[in-house]
Amino acid sequence: MKWILIVFSFALTVTIIACGGDTQTDERTTDARDMGVEQREPDPRGIGEVTNVDLTDPLNEDMIRRGRQISDVKCASCHLYDTEERLVGPGYLNVTNRRSPEWIMNMITNVDVMLDEDPVAQKMLEECLVRMPDQNVSLEEARELLEFMRYNDEKHAGERDGGVL
Amino acid sequence: MTKSLMFIGCAIFFMIALYSCRPPAPGAAATVDAASRVYVPPGEHDEFYNIVSGGFNGQISVVGLPSGRTFKIIPVFSVNPENGYGFSEETKPMLNTTHGFIPWDDLHHIAISTTDGVHDARWAFANANNTPRVARLDLTTFNTVEILEIPNSAGNHSSPFITENTEYVVAGTRFSVPFGEEEEDVDVPIETYKENFRGAITFISVDPDDGEMDIAFQIDAPPFNYDLARGGKGISGDWFFFSCYNTEMAHTLLEVNASQHDKDYIMAINWRKAEQYVREGRAETVRAQYAHNKMDKATHMASSEIKEDVLMLDPTEFEDIIYFIPCPKSPHGVDVSHDGKYIVGSGKLAALIPVFSFEKMIEAIENEDFEGDINGLPILNYESVLHGEVERPGLGPLHTEFDGRGNAFTTMFVSSEVVMWDIETLEIIDRAPTYYSVGHLMIPGGCTAEPHGKYLVAYNKITKDRFLPTGPELAHSAQLFDISNGRLELLLDFPTIGEPHYAEAFPAELIKDKQVRFYDINENQHPYVTRGPGQARVERETEDRVRVYMTSIRSHFRPDNIEGIFVGDTVYFHVTNLEQEWDLPHGFAMKGANNAEILIMPGETLTLKWIPDRVGIWPFYCTDFCSALHQEMSGYVRVSPRGADVPLTYSTGGR
Repeated sequence: MKWILIVFSFALTVTIIACGGDTQTDERTTDARDMGVEQREPDPRGIGEVTNVDLTDPLNEDMIRRGRQISDVKCASCHLYDTEERLVGPGYLNVTNRRSPEWIMNMITNVDVMLDEDPVAQKMLEECLVRMPDQNVSLEEARELLEFMRYNDEKHAGERDGGVL
Repeated sequence: MTKSLMFIGCAIFFMIALYSCRPPAPGAAATVDAASRVYVPPGEHDEFYNIVSGGFNGQISVVGLPSGRTFKIIPVFSVNPENGYGFSEETKPMLNTTHGFIPWDDLHHIAISTTDGVHDARWAFANANNTPRVARLDLTTFNTVEILEIPNSAGNHSSPFITENTEYVVAGTRFSVPFGEEEEDVDVPIETYKENFRGAITFISVDPDDGEMDIAFQIDAPPFNYDLARGGKGISGDWFFFSCYNTEMAHTLLEVNASQHDKDYIMAINWRKAEQYVREGRAETVRAQYAHNKMDKATHMASSEIKEDVLMLDPTEFEDIIYFIPCPKSPHGVDVSHDGKYIVGSGKLAALIPVFSFEKMIEAIENEDFEGDINGLPILNYESVLHGEVERPGLGPLHTEFDGRGNAFTTMFVSSEVVMWDIETLEIIDRAPTYYSVGHLMIPGGCTAEPHGKYLVAYNKITKDRFLPTGPELAHSAQLFDISNGRLELLLDFPTIGEPHYAEAFPAELIKDKQVRFYDINENQHPYVTRGPGQARVERETEDRVRVYMTSIRSHFRPDNIEGIFVGDTVYFHVTNLEQEWDLPHGFAMKGANNAEILIMPGETLTLKWIPDRVGIWPFYCTDFCSALHQEMSGYVRVSPRGADVPLTYSTGGR
C-alpha cells in the first residue's frame, strides 16, 4: 500500500514538473508556456510540413536500409523495434498501424511543436515524461525511417500501413 | 505670462549649467537614463561580442556589450574541470609543451582576426605570458583549437598582435634570455646579460583557409624587454611596432635600473622585408624545440607534435628591417591609429604622450636622419619622427584606442582616468575618472581600421569599494563609457572573471548566425565513437586495459551495468552523446576518478580515464540536468579483485 502511495506521488510530482508550464521546469522546452494551454482538434496528420505521403508498394529496399542506419544511430537508444513496449519512448511495433504516415514524419521532424501542440503527442509525453529529442532528421531521412517502420511492422506484426488515412 | 515663462526657462538653464559644471563626486553615479542605455530586454541580444582575456586564470570570458553580461568562460591555457578541458583524454594534448603537461598560464592579450584591417572574427588569438605560447580559438565553436609553443622566448607578453590580413601573429619576448643549440650557450652568468642575452621576436604564419599556425621565422633582436606591439594598417601595413623597455639591459632591480634612460624605443620592423629575406633563404635554420598542438575537427581529438627547428633572421645583416624610434620613458602600449598614420607610444613613466607620424618615419629613414645605432640598427631622430606630444595628459599612460573620428583615448594608470584627445591637434577633449587604476581599455574595433566608436570599456586593476565586498580578493571591475557624443560618459560598472588585460569587441552579427549547434553524429570520426546503441559495448583490450564504448541520450547511458572490472584496470569511458539537438550536452562523472567530469556536446565523443582503486560497486551519472528523468541517468560498475572469477559483462535494461 505504502509503495503504491510512494510511486503514485512520485509520478504525480514528475507530471506536475513536466507539465507545470513554469519556466523553471527541468525540461529544456523551447516554448513550455504553450503546453496544454491551446486545445485544438486533433489532426490525425499531426502538425508540420508533411501533409501527404505517397506510400510505395512494394517497399523500397534502399530506403529501408538507410532508414535502419538512421534509426540505429539516432533512435534505437529509446525505441525498441520488435515490441510496442516502452523503453524510453514506445516501441516501433505497429506504429504504422496506429498512426498516419504524415503524423509519424511530423513527429520526427517537428518534435517541439508536436510535443507542445499535438494532443496525441502530448498524451504520450505525459506517459513517457522525457521529451523526444529533436535529432535533426531531414524530411528525406524521415521518409526513410518511415519505410523502415513499415518494413518492421510487416516483419514483426504481419501487417503495415493500417494508419493510412 | 511670457516674462514668467522666460524666467522659468532661464532658471532651468542655470540649474542645468550649474549641475553640469559640478566636478564628479568620488564614485560619480551614472544616471538612471544610463541604465536604459545598457539594458538589453529579456530575450533580446547584445550588440557586441566582447572577448576578454582572463589574465591569471588562463581563460577567456565572452561578454555582451552594452549589458556587461558574461556568457561563457573558454578554457585556453588552463584546465577547466567544468567541461573536462585538460582532463579528458581528447584535450590533454592541448596543454602539452616541451616541459610536459602544463595545466595553467597567464593569458594577457586578445587578437581577433582581421581582413584589410577590419574584424572578420573568424578566430581569436591569445598569448600565454608565462610559458610562451599562442592559442587560436574558433569563433564558431568558442573552443581552443590550436596552441603553439614559442621557443627562444621567455615571457610572451608582446603578443598575439596581428598584421592587417592576419598573415602573421607576433610573439615578442618580455624577458630576453640566452638561447642556442648547446648547453654552454645558455648556461652563462646572469651578469653577462649584455653579451649573451637575446630578444627573440617571433612571426607566426596563419593559414588563410583553416587558420593553422606555424612559426614562420624569428628575428634575433637586441636583449631588451619587449612589452607590447601593434601591426600597421593601410599605409603602414607592412610594418610592425614593438615597445621596448629596459633598454638599459639591466638584470637586477629593474624597478630602478630599467628606469634610467630618458628615452627607450619603439622598434619598427618592416615585416614584408623580413618575410622576403626569409623567402630568399637568408635566414638560418637553428635547432629549437617547441610543441604544436591541434584539435582535429573530425575526430574531436587533440594531438601534440614536438617540432625541432626555426628559421632565425639576424637583423644586423640587413639594412632595412629594423629601426628604433626613441620614446620616453619605458613605453608600455604602442598603438596605431585606424588610418595607419600615427603611432602612439605610452611611456608609462612619462608626463606626456608622444605621437609619431608614419610618413615622417619613412621620410627620416629615406633621409638617413639617424641619431645613433644599436648594434648597427639605426635609431631615428626623435624630433624628425614626432608628430607631436600630448602635454600633461595625466600620470602613467598605458594604452590607447581610437574611435575612427579622429579621437584617441588613453588610459592613465597612476592618475586613474581615461583621457580623450584629438590626434591631429593633440588637445585634450575630455577626461573621466576610473575606479580604480585602469590598465587596458577597449573600443569595439578600436584597434582596427574600422572602429565602432560607440562604447569604450576600461579594465581596472583595483576594485576596492565598487561591488559588494567578498573578502580579501575582489572581482576586477570593468567600466563601460558611452563615447558617441564626443565625450566620456560613464554608463555601467560590471565585474569580470580573472584579471582582464586586453580585450576586443566586434558586432555580434559577424558570427552569431555561424554558431555550431551540434556535431553531426555521422561525421564523428573519433576512433572510439559509438555510433548508435547497437555498438555500445565493453572490451578488455589488454590484461589491464578496458574500453567502454558508451552512448548517452535523454536520459540513460548504454551500457549502464558493467561487471568484470578489476582493481587497477585502466578504464576508458568513451562517451558518445547521440543527441542531435542544440544545447543538449550530457555530463559524465565517475566516483573516485582522479580527474574531472567530461561534458559531451551533442554528437561528440569524449573520454574519461578511471583507474578503480578498490573493490566495490561504483556509480556514475550525468552531471548536466538534461530532462525530467535526469536523476535517473546513471549506472553502476562492479569492481572485483584482480583475477576474480567475474566475467566481463555489460547491459542496459536487461538487454
